Amino acid sequence: MNLMDQTFARLKQENQTALIPFLTIGDPDLDTSVEIIAGLEAAGADMIELGVPYSDPLADGPVIQRASERALKHQVTIKTCMETAVRARKAGVKLPFILFTYYNPVLQFGLDRFFEEVKAHEISGIIIPDLPIEESADVRARAERSDIHVVPLVAPTSHERIKSIVEGARGFIYCVSSLGVTGERASFHEGVEDFIASVKKYTDIPVAIGFGISNREQAVRFSRICDGVVVGSAIVRKVEEAIPLLQDGDTHEQGLLQIREFVAQLKP
Amino acid sequence: MTTQLPDKNGRFGPFGGRFVPETLMNALIELEESYNRYSDDPSFQEELNYLLKQYSGRETPLYYAERLSKHLGQAKIYLKREDLNHTGAHKINNALGQGVLAKRMGKTKVIAETGAGQHGVATATVAALLGMECKVFMGEEDTKRQALNVFRMQMLGAEVVPVTSGSRTLKDAGNEALRYWVSHVDDTFYILGSAVGPHPYPMMVRNFQRIIGDETRRQIQEAEGRLPDYVVAAIGGGSNAIGMFYPFIEDKDVRLIGVEAAGKGVETAFHAATMSKGTHGVFQGSMSYLLQDDFGQVQEAHSISAGLDYPGVGPEHSYLKDIERAQYVPITDQEALDALQLLCRTEGIIPALESAHAIAEVVKMAPRLSEDDIVVICLSGRGDKDVESIMAYTGGKQA
Repeated sequence: MNLMDQTFARLKQENQTALIPFLTIGDPDLDTSVEIIAGLEAAGADMIELGVPYSDPLADGPVIQRASERALKHQVTIKTCMETAVRARKAGVKLPFILFTYYNPVLQFGLDRFFEEVKAHEISGIIIPDLPIEESADVRARAERSDIHVVPLVAPTSHERIKSIVEGARGFIYCVSSLGVTGERASFHEGVEDFIASVKKYTDIPVAIGFGISNREQAVRFSRICDGVVVGSAIVRKVEEAIPLLQDGDTHEQGLLQIREFVAQLKP
Repeated sequence: MTTQLPDKNGRFGPFGGRFVPETLMNALIELEESYNRYSDDPSFQEELNYLLKQYSGRETPLYYAERLSKHLGQAKIYLKREDLNHTGAHKINNALGQGVLAKRMGKTKVIAETGAGQHGVATATVAALLGMECKVFMGEEDTKRQALNVFRMQMLGAEVVPVTSGSRTLKDAGNEALRYWVSHVDDTFYILGSAVGPHPYPMMVRNFQRIIGDETRRQIQEAEGRLPDYVVAAIGGGSNAIGMFYPFIEDKDVRLIGVEAAGKGVETAFHAATMSKGTHGVFQGSMSYLLQDDFGQVQEAHSISAGLDYPGVGPEHSYLKDIERAQYVPITDQEALDALQLLCRTEGIIPALESAHAIAEVVKMAPRLSEDDIVVICLSGRGDKDVESIMAYTGGKQA
């Protein structure tokens, strides 16, 4: 059974909502990413999105763009991101990993090889934000064979597309909270509750929400109607703020602690 | 037939498609449906044709460049004078088409990306004409290279948004326009300037630009009683080239040559020669040739011409290359500058740096041509916008 399914099943029994942090891998460096991942688990994260840095992140706002630029300065590739997952496992991390990557790095890696490696690196799911359902048949077929979950995104503008997107989807459904790219926001798309309800109507698998969720109050609000809450830019920003601490041996642990404490208080 | 493409999924063979965030999918589908409806609507065509004629000054001349022809040898060289359009380049054809479409769709705000500034100026112009709000995204680097065009857009009432991400050029302006569109898809129409991006843009831009080739086909038959042997056009994303090529695709004896920017040379790291050096990849919403590294990261392009400074290329061009219906060749900054100077001196026409790349290729081809050959060059834009950057490049000396 896919680790993501096990985790959601357990959380359901415990009547809990999954906290799903996103991290840009390689920001500020790969060793620190491994430590941050361990810290996220300790802080109560239930699964983690490992963000593959990309040169042209169309779905991302300035915070994750900057993190990607920093990571790419030291040649972080899709392969090193997968290796980071294995390193985190060796450091004792148990929770499921979801690889978040734009499509072109996957395409250049080669689809067959990509799924072999995802599997080999104990990654449970993938999210490809620029691969809509119409273009994803090849990816979904291979994922199914490897028991890797392709988590689909559903947007407030999806309307009649929702049914065909969630049909046969596995893992969870990722609902985009608002129109726009990733990044912290104070307000969400009008009628976001109705939107979540309309997605739930068509699927029995867990539904998570992301894009813009940046504080405890918002996480709690959405935990009432969703099975999972994704927090991305807010955490990536915490990492960015902690870089001066992280890069100094004397204050490195303090930097990690700041990130961990931020994530711990998000837990609904 | 090649001219029946794209298919219903927006594919030209393996190229094209729609690789965008889900948030945009319904907007693209709505755009495609509206475009299909209005492109068959006589009143839409009437409005657009009226503006192309009375506002932009079409049709543009097909001019026999006699002195240039004599200078280069035997072949007869014609220039399709897109530089004589209102706003000084072919970009207005597409901006008017999409602008009128936006108006019919009830949109009141438009956005655009721009490199050299020509598409930004064209969009700002159309927005002023049609009474719409306009924001133009432009790489910060380009706002410096093309300061005059920034001011021009502002005079026309547009807001120019300098883009500071990535290489701060055309590709980043395109990224930022797409990001803005994701956030404002409810009320904003994205007037995309080249034959790139997600379906239906490559098809729609081609169809709004094919007037270049349609006129040329008729004009050359009137002038010479036959079709040309060569049709040559510069290519960044490829809108003037696809507009020029498309009506000739089924004429197998007409050789189609796209000229891309080799910057400091294709053997260096500083070029924009996507067709010569790129591989298949997904970029800004579609599958096409792409300058990228082994890990799928998009590489920065380099060209003296801001309009060609782009690591991608249109999906239809990618297809025409793979089926060998069109040929794509690189021209360096220096070759383009020399050709620009040559056209100034022989014909009294200052071409845009983009168009100068096409002229440079014909200069190179000239020794192989015979007196029976007829060559048409798409002179896609005028060079006034480039005078300052040429001065900077040459240190004030003549090129």
